[in-house]
Amino acid sequence: MTDTQTKNIDQTVVKAEVRNAQLQMLNEFWHYFSANKGAVIGLVIVGFMVFVAAFAPWLAPHDAGHQYRDAFLMPPVWETGGSWKFILGTDAVGRDMLSRLIHGSRFSLFIGVIVVSISLTGGIIIGLVAGYFRGWVDTIIMRIMDIILAFPSLLMALVLVAILGPGLVNAMIAIAIVLQPHFARLTRAAVMSEANREYVTSAKVAGAGHMRLMFKTILPNCLAPLIVQATLSFSTAILDAAALGFLGMGAQPPTPEWGTMLAEAREFVLRAWWVVTFPGIAILVTVLAINLVGDGLRDALDPKLKRS
Amino acid sequence: MIVPTFFGITIVAFGFVRVLPGDPILALAGERGVKPERYQELLVQFGFDKPIWEQYFTYLVNLFQGDFGTSIATKRPVLDEFLTLFPATVELALCAIVFAVLLGIPAGIISAVKRGSWFDQTTMGIALAGYSMPIFWWGLLLIIFFSGTLGWTPVSGRISLLYYFPQVTGFMLIDSFLSGQSGAFKSAFMHLILPTIVLGTIPLAVIARQTRSAMLEVLGEDYVRTARAKGLGQVQVIGVHALRNALIPVITTIGLQVGVLLAGAILTETIFSWPGIGKWMVDSIFRRDYPSVQGGLVLIALIVMVVNLTVDVLYGLINPRIRHQ
Repeated sequence: MTDTQTKNIDQTVVKAEVRNAQLQMLNEFWHYFSANKGAVIGLVIVGFMVFVAAFAPWLAPHDAGHQYRDAFLMPPVWETGGSWKFILGTDAVGRDMLSRLIHGSRFSLFIGVIVVSISLTGGIIIGLVAGYFRGWVDTIIMRIMDIILAFPSLLMALVLVAILGPGLVNAMIAIAIVLQPHFARLTRAAVMSEANREYVTSAKVAGAGHMRLMFKTILPNCLAPLIVQATLSFSTAILDAAALGFLGMGAQPPTPEWGTMLAEAREFVLRAWWVVTFPGIAILVTVLAINLVGDGLRDALDPKLKRS
Repeated sequence: MIVPTFFGITIVAFGFVRVLPGDPILALAGERGVKPERYQELLVQFGFDKPIWEQYFTYLVNLFQGDFGTSIATKRPVLDEFLTLFPATVELALCAIVFAVLLGIPAGIISAVKRGSWFDQTTMGIALAGYSMPIFWWGLLLIIFFSGTLGWTPVSGRISLLYYFPQVTGFMLIDSFLSGQSGAFKSAFMHLILPTIVLGTIPLAVIARQTRSAMLEVLGEDYVRTARAKGLGQVQVIGVHALRNALIPVITTIGLQVGVLLAGAILTETIFSWPGIGKWMVDSIFRRDYPSVQGGLVLIALIVMVVNLTVDVLYGLINPRIRHQ
């Protein structure tokens, strides 16, 4: 193609073509994603959770922290002794279970978003640098990742929280550090397989700098596995944060975090089943829904599995 | 590969006590505090007056001599503590993995063979739920139902206090059997059953899913079609030709569950008051028994590393493609 021809191409047409191609990709993605019924159900549940979390103060029938002194360990409405005032019953100090669960959804989603954002950003930068520059930089980075992965994740998180001090923020930092090597490894592997492709070489020849090559040329082509891993890490983050809360190292009482609620409910295991059952169901349903979405994303984004 | 990772682990564990908030000697002294003269004495005694690299070197030398420090809480060597409690965790973890394999592999095979059937859909639904399970909650639920409502199983511990017999292997199931006391084995078994289910749930889900997908991949291969074309029966095609190849990735998955099991042991042992290293680590963290945490970290990471290495070697042995290279 000569120079005059290049100049004659209408830029608006090019932009429209690009937009069309993007729409088509999105369409194709939705086609594969929606073929997985579980994934769609998961997505609906996640959407519902986001709605509940966003409007928690308006949806909750009571204040999550208010202690009704006349209603300790009141059973749910369908049990004898239950009342419509407290649909899912009350806990040991008379707080409404339903309201606490509704407010708890905020913590779980917040934990997931923050932990995944930190570990994803950190992992991508570290993995890009390792996979792009190779050599001793790569060796040092990957050795450090190996060391983090040599410890069982929950143990590492526990020890980190012991160092940082118990609390929700520190628990999130600890979980993010523990999850981060997975992203780093994944990014590095993807970068290494992409780095020698023709389009990267041509960008290099065209004079693109390191930053542009790493972030604008290579990274967008490595995103598929990272998105899937991010979804799965979202559910791991919620589970681990709940586990830390349960062990007394995460969110501290009276925060209505689901894991912390379970820790407070432990001594009433054999007396009041509802204080133990409902927070667990909330965790299970949330994590299950996110994992369903993750499975659907993997099916839709993994070209090896596509049957066209 | 292994050697630098090992040194990294020791640096992490060594650094752990140094980055903790507060002075290590004041932490050791506890609430009573310590006089300035005694403080200086202790500083020299623990070698904290030396440069940091020299402290690390001493720490490493001690490690290689099997000295992992002394527990603040019990005043016993950390390694002794660890080795006394370790069999309890191994027993629990082994039972959990056996439970997961015995149920997970057949479930995965049947799901793959009867792909899309109600059995497949139900099994995979349950597997996904198991995979998403907060196991500490699962344990509480099982306690409510089996210990509370039905009264079948005990709530905590390894064996009823009624029985006493010497430790031979450290495995309660074997020891109680060897003791010959009537009812001892049954008691040990009943204590073990709920923790096994709780700890085995996630590995079970992972193994069932992995077996199914590996089996599906293999069932589409040419050699399976050849076996069918030869007129072999379903049992032989699936049990011999397909399964042998499908199991290779499954075995890797089982090996990778060791880290999962050790992390799960922390929660399971805490719920069931199981006297293993998971509960010991949590207790040590809460007691601020830092030498124990430090030693435990190194030992657990070492175990994970050794197991992963063994899995790699095993993988080479069972996979002909790698073996013949």
